[in-house]
Amino acid sequence: MLNEIRNFFIVLKEIMKGNKWYYGWLAFLSFFILLGLGAYFQQFNHGLIETAMRDQVSWGLYISNFTFLVGVAAAAVYLVVPAYVYNFKPIKEIVLFGELMAATAIIMCLMFIMVDLGRPERVWHILPIIGAMHFPASLLAWDVVVLNGYLAINVIITFYALYRKAHGKDYNMQIIKPLIIISIPWAISIHTVTAFLYNGLPSRPFWNAAVLAPRFIASALCSGPALMIIIFQIVRKVSRVDIENKAIFKIGELIAYAMGINLFLFIAEFFKEFYSGSIHLAPMEYLYFGLHGHNSMVPWMWTALFFNVTAFLLFLLPKTREHFFTLNLACVLVIIGVYIEKGMGLVVPGFVPGTLGEIYDYTPTMLEKTVTIGIWAAGAMIYTFFLKFAMPIHTGLLRFVSKENSQ
Amino acid sequence: MKDGLRRSFSRRSFLKGTVAGLASIAIPVGSSDASIWEAFFQKHFREMNDDEKKAVINRLEEEYARKFNIKFNIKTTRAIPGTLFGYGLDLSRCIGCRRCVYACMRENNQSRDPQVQWITVLRFKKGEKWVNDLEEAEKYYYPEKVPEDGYFYMPVQCQHCENPPCVRACPTQATWKEPDGIVVVDYNWCIGCRYCMAACPYGARRFNWGTPHIRKSEINPETHYLGNRPRYRGIVEKCTFCIQRTRENPGRYPACVEICPVGARKFGNLLDPDSEIRYIIENERVFRLKEDENTNPKFYYFFAT
Repeated sequence: MLNEIRNFFIVLKEIMKGNKWYYGWLAFLSFFILLGLGAYFQQFNHGLIETAMRDQVSWGLYISNFTFLVGVAAAAVYLVVPAYVYNFKPIKEIVLFGELMAATAIIMCLMFIMVDLGRPERVWHILPIIGAMHFPASLLAWDVVVLNGYLAINVIITFYALYRKAHGKDYNMQIIKPLIIISIPWAISIHTVTAFLYNGLPSRPFWNAAVLAPRFIASALCSGPALMIIIFQIVRKVSRVDIENKAIFKIGELIAYAMGINLFLFIAEFFKEFYSGSIHLAPMEYLYFGLHGHNSMVPWMWTALFFNVTAFLLFLLPKTREHFFTLNLACVLVIIGVYIEKGMGLVVPGFVPGTLGEIYDYTPTMLEKTVTIGIWAAGAMIYTFFLKFAMPIHTGLLRFVSKENSQ
Repeated sequence: MKDGLRRSFSRRSFLKGTVAGLASIAIPVGSSDASIWEAFFQKHFREMNDDEKKAVINRLEEEYARKFNIKFNIKTTRAIPGTLFGYGLDLSRCIGCRRCVYACMRENNQSRDPQVQWITVLRFKKGEKWVNDLEEAEKYYYPEKVPEDGYFYMPVQCQHCENPPCVRACPTQATWKEPDGIVVVDYNWCIGCRYCMAACPYGARRFNWGTPHIRKSEINPETHYLGNRPRYRGIVEKCTFCIQRTRENPGRYPACVEICPVGARKFGNLLDPDSEIRYIIENERVFRLKEDENTNPKFYYFFAT
């Protein structure tokens, strides 16, 4: 027990010390976290009236970010499968960092849900036993189960692996294998359930399309891995963690396939709506061409489409995929493209036109944007701390005290 | 010893004050520290026994009385056995005057600032699409006089579906269908996630985006726990068929029915073969809104003339 406390302080010390770049980065993030906290405090005291959301468009930027981040979290599966199922060595080396990113993304998801609640102090009402969880009828109850379950799985896997490594031992596959196997369908499930949450509402024709869940998965497998490619290059630069180019290019190739499927499903949706031209076309029309002169989403949606198509080509061609400038460009394009398409581009058209035909132009307020940036900064800080002690443990620089070596 | 007691007491009350102060950021109604925790740990309405309900009602009546300077009566009247409420709206009579909208606000203590309305009156140009496609509907019409030539009107409010999508959506069971068919919300249990608003096909649910404000002189102190008692910031509310009136014995009509100057609004017990609503269903050509969604509303539109 004493050793565990000592080990905790070893980790804490590791997080606290760093070079001036490290402190600069933390200061930079803290600045935005404080801004976000200030904005949230104002929202907390005055209510969600501080946002641009209203009865017509009752979900906005917060839920958009939540949806995008569920995708990022689910994408860890793109490393887990090649690493553990196919035993692809280069990826096995880095799977840990993907799992830590998944855990971070889920924590950010929970923060986005909390800031969206009208009465956050009552959130315990959603829990079973002490609350009145509406399970299995409400898809939101399902989401609570799968998201928290996924968080637990990833935290247990990564912390177990790190704990063993910090003692200079390799982790016991016998113990961790079942969890890893579960984590694969579970990753798919978090995104499927989140898609079903929208999908199951016949009152919102834009969401009530069977293609929604498959498209969610496809686009998630683009944005999440793209984020990882960028982070891996940073990790490689700031630490002695060895990440082979082969691993990075492999992920790039996998993104190309996912984006291909995502674009195909988009065409399927686009064709069905525009060729049949029923009244359910309205939300799609609103997104891509504007409806009755309301066209605030139009430039965003075409930008997203252009970015996604360009990124698809860059990931697909081996020449651009294996060149770091074009690879990173493609990653940035895909992250922005999916962020628009799966964020605001998904949530807002569910509400426009409204169920009574009203068109309400939703543009987030400064406060909403500030809170959102604050949560992203908090996420970045959490991931930074994870990496700060995970990297040296991984490379063998950081070791815990154990019974053997403390005596 | 006396001194020690006093000191520890004052320290305790100081701590209590700090905790209560922190908690009061979160809980708007109630200023005495004990009631804050009682409010925080209040159970789901349907899980309370009669004594617990009584305690909650006493606390709420006190809080409201303090806030509005008037004696409140909060009822918890149960559904009357053998009743299933149904509503009829005669579109051939409605003149779009919106008196129902404002009578509803007065009766049900909706926030005046920001303004919350439970009834939406839609205006349609004659000859344009309307039954299924509401894109041509105009909610913001301000003529000097109604009815206007060439237009007709359709008020929409909670349709009290027999198969309500909002109830299914709610993750905390804070909204449910009562035995007499009224869909209600426990304002002290709702967490404000607004999933029910996404699920409702009729745009019937309203969220308290800001702190509700009502002038003390305009408050209606005759209330029901599941109905028109004053609401909080950050929770969802909706039409309850004036549960505080319709569950009484003898019952009263909902405020919108009572105020309608042209008698377009009808209300009654669907299980009573002699009720007016049953007469309308059996003798007029009725339809319900968005029947393709199988929500099975108990709100019937019809044309009597």
